[in-house]
Amino acid sequence: MTEMSPLHFKEASVRALGDAELQRALGNMRQGFIEKRSKAAARLPEFEALRDKAKEIKDHVLAHLDVYLEQFEKNCVANGGTVHWAKDTAQARDIILNICRLVGAETVTKGKSMVGEEIAINAFLEANGIRPIETDLGEYIIQLRNEPPSHLIAPAIHVNKEQVAEAFRAHHRDLSPERPLTDRAALLNEARRALRERFLEADVGITGANFLVAETGSTMIVTNEGNGDLTQTLPRIHIVIASLEKVVPNLDDAMTLVRVLARSATGQEMSVYTTISTGAKRPGDLDGPEQFHVVLIDNGRSKLVGTEFQEVLRCIRCGACLNHCPVYGSVGGHAYGSVYPGPIGKVLTPALYGLDKARDLPNASSFCGRCEDVCPMRIPLPKMMRHWREQEYQQRLIAPRLRWALRAWAFVAAQLPTLYHLGARVAAFWLYRRGKKLHGRLAALPYAEGWTRFRDFPAPLGKTFQSQWRGARRHKRAEAPPAGPPS
Amino acid sequence: MVERPQNPSVGLFATCLVDLFRPSVGFAAAKLLEAAGCRVAVPRAQTCCGQPAYNSGAKADAKRIARRVIATFRPFDYVVAPSGSCAGMIKAHYPEAFADDPRWLPRAEALAAKTYELTGFLHDVMGVRAVPGKFEGIAAYHDSCSSLREMKVREQPRALLGAVPGLALRELPGRDVCCGFGGTFCVKYPEISNHMTADKCREIAESGADTVIAGDMGCLLNIAGKMLRDGRAIRAYHVAEVLAGVEAAPIGQVKPEAEEATA
Repeated sequence: MTEMSPLHFKEASVRALGDAELQRALGNMRQGFIEKRSKAAARLPEFEALRDKAKEIKDHVLAHLDVYLEQFEKNCVANGGTVHWAKDTAQARDIILNICRLVGAETVTKGKSMVGEEIAINAFLEANGIRPIETDLGEYIIQLRNEPPSHLIAPAIHVNKEQVAEAFRAHHRDLSPERPLTDRAALLNEARRALRERFLEADVGITGANFLVAETGSTMIVTNEGNGDLTQTLPRIHIVIASLEKVVPNLDDAMTLVRVLARSATGQEMSVYTTISTGAKRPGDLDGPEQFHVVLIDNGRSKLVGTEFQEVLRCIRCGACLNHCPVYGSVGGHAYGSVYPGPIGKVLTPALYGLDKARDLPNASSFCGRCEDVCPMRIPLPKMMRHWREQEYQQRLIAPRLRWALRAWAFVAAQLPTLYHLGARVAAFWLYRRGKKLHGRLAALPYAEGWTRFRDFPAPLGKTFQSQWRGARRHKRAEAPPAGPPS
Repeated sequence: MVERPQNPSVGLFATCLVDLFRPSVGFAAAKLLEAAGCRVAVPRAQTCCGQPAYNSGAKADAKRIARRVIATFRPFDYVVAPSGSCAGMIKAHYPEAFADDPRWLPRAEALAAKTYELTGFLHDVMGVRAVPGKFEGIAAYHDSCSSLREMKVREQPRALLGAVPGLALRELPGRDVCCGFGGTFCVKYPEISNHMTADKCREIAESGADTVIAGDMGCLLNIAGKMLRDGRAIRAYHVAEVLAGVEAAPIGQVKPEAEEATA
């Protein structure tokens, strides 16, 4: 698998900007998602109220997380399920591997799961001699290509259809070279043909969960391909992996969240399949798994409760923030070097990997705020990125030179306005003189190489506004009383 | 009719970028405010709103500057900035920064409550519908993200520009998309910023506009700088200049006739 690390965001983003195939794929994707969401929101008059309600539900859950998790466990067990608690990635992997070993599993089918990516369960199972097969089309494609997902809900969004055909030809040994794979339908049929056999072979099916319903002990997934249902009903064993914050009090609450989820994600009113799983097969049931396991994974979530980052746990992984983010739209998902790309990743990744390993992520934002605007759960993403920047500053992770420059500038701006204005006048004049040669612009500037590499710098006009204003209005009639330095 | 304030005192928060790069915007803003019946003052003690420090995580430094701004602008009925970004810093972020400070929070909130972006203030508070400016050209209006999202300013500048004789407005398809400036973002991640700016400039050019107008100097320096570098003959003006009819060369140029961009 491609080496992923949020440490290399800068280099990876520059590479992504120069990757013509990726840029083509990103160009194709962006407008579609945005238009669909906006139309879906416009069609539902109570959409904004629904967002408020959704936020309220999750806030309530996060304030009583322990209560709802215990209720979920109790009811899940009462329905014949087994609940496993995993503190971290290592524990989660061991629990899953043990279940697979106990039933002698050789092949595992998998529905799409972000927490599955987070604990890199596929690589772990493979290393232990068990073959995991992704069954979501996008996940299947990137599994063949040996890549991580680049989007929360559209994991292969960075791949063009020619590249999909290439991957199928390389991996499907029984695929006739004459069979055309030029259009989407042909690709879909080919994936379906290959996957059908896998579904029937699998001993264990692993799915994620969009919601855990405390009142009924059920897990719930929403999908568009039906692969989730085949993954969880055909094998003898069904394992659900979910992070703690997926729990909601009851089915009504889950449905409220589903209504904002699908609209925000794909612009659908509902996803095609909404599947609720409650326990194992009971005597007399026609189908269903013999064993139903739920692995609840913390992996750093509980540490966020009660901090300035708690609100990020409201996330329902719809991907709207990615779709609307101009940075994500420029560089795609892989550059972030994290399972969670885009604005949500900028907040979540430092929490999961440590800020020192993901410093670029909360910084690589123009704070345009479009993510917060569209987030169905109203997560204040820019504000939380700023919290990370504050921690970065407090932990002295930024360059000392920059730190001191900021402090000195802030001190002068706050305490010595006269000196500040003198400095501004000198700068305005100096830049004006430099800019004269190029008719009012600067093509290069010390300390601003990042700007002038791509842009000219419009030069100042020689005098500051303050000095001109004072000159123009010698009388101080309307001048406010001078304010003393803040106490 | 909504009751309009009579002859209110307005502290003009000129912004550090206007101060340094574009004094004509400050004069244009003052002219518009005075024409609307305001008494305008430009307090000497103002410097910057503190946003560069705040967004760099230097919260204590930002608060130090914020206290200065709060004290300086306390005497006025209103505070108006020819910038959604600086106004947004005061309105949205000062109260947030002092959330745990019982002494300064009420002061920050009081300032936030009377702080406006220029076009929002003229249109919504002073009820301005006619403006002195004239402008020959086809212009695309670029919304700054902070105007749009923090100040809820979208239709106000368009309504006012609609009253400028000679000016035709074009809407950009991605009108709610960032231009790539983002303060320190544009120098910290220049390649990404450039990609975003290039998209924006292309969109402006494709709209058929010969001019881009915006309400924030940050966006304008960025967009004008990119247009100049790429040799696109598109003029850039601050909305205050167009509304007030100030005779200045486009941003980044020295004469109105423009040295034709080479390339």
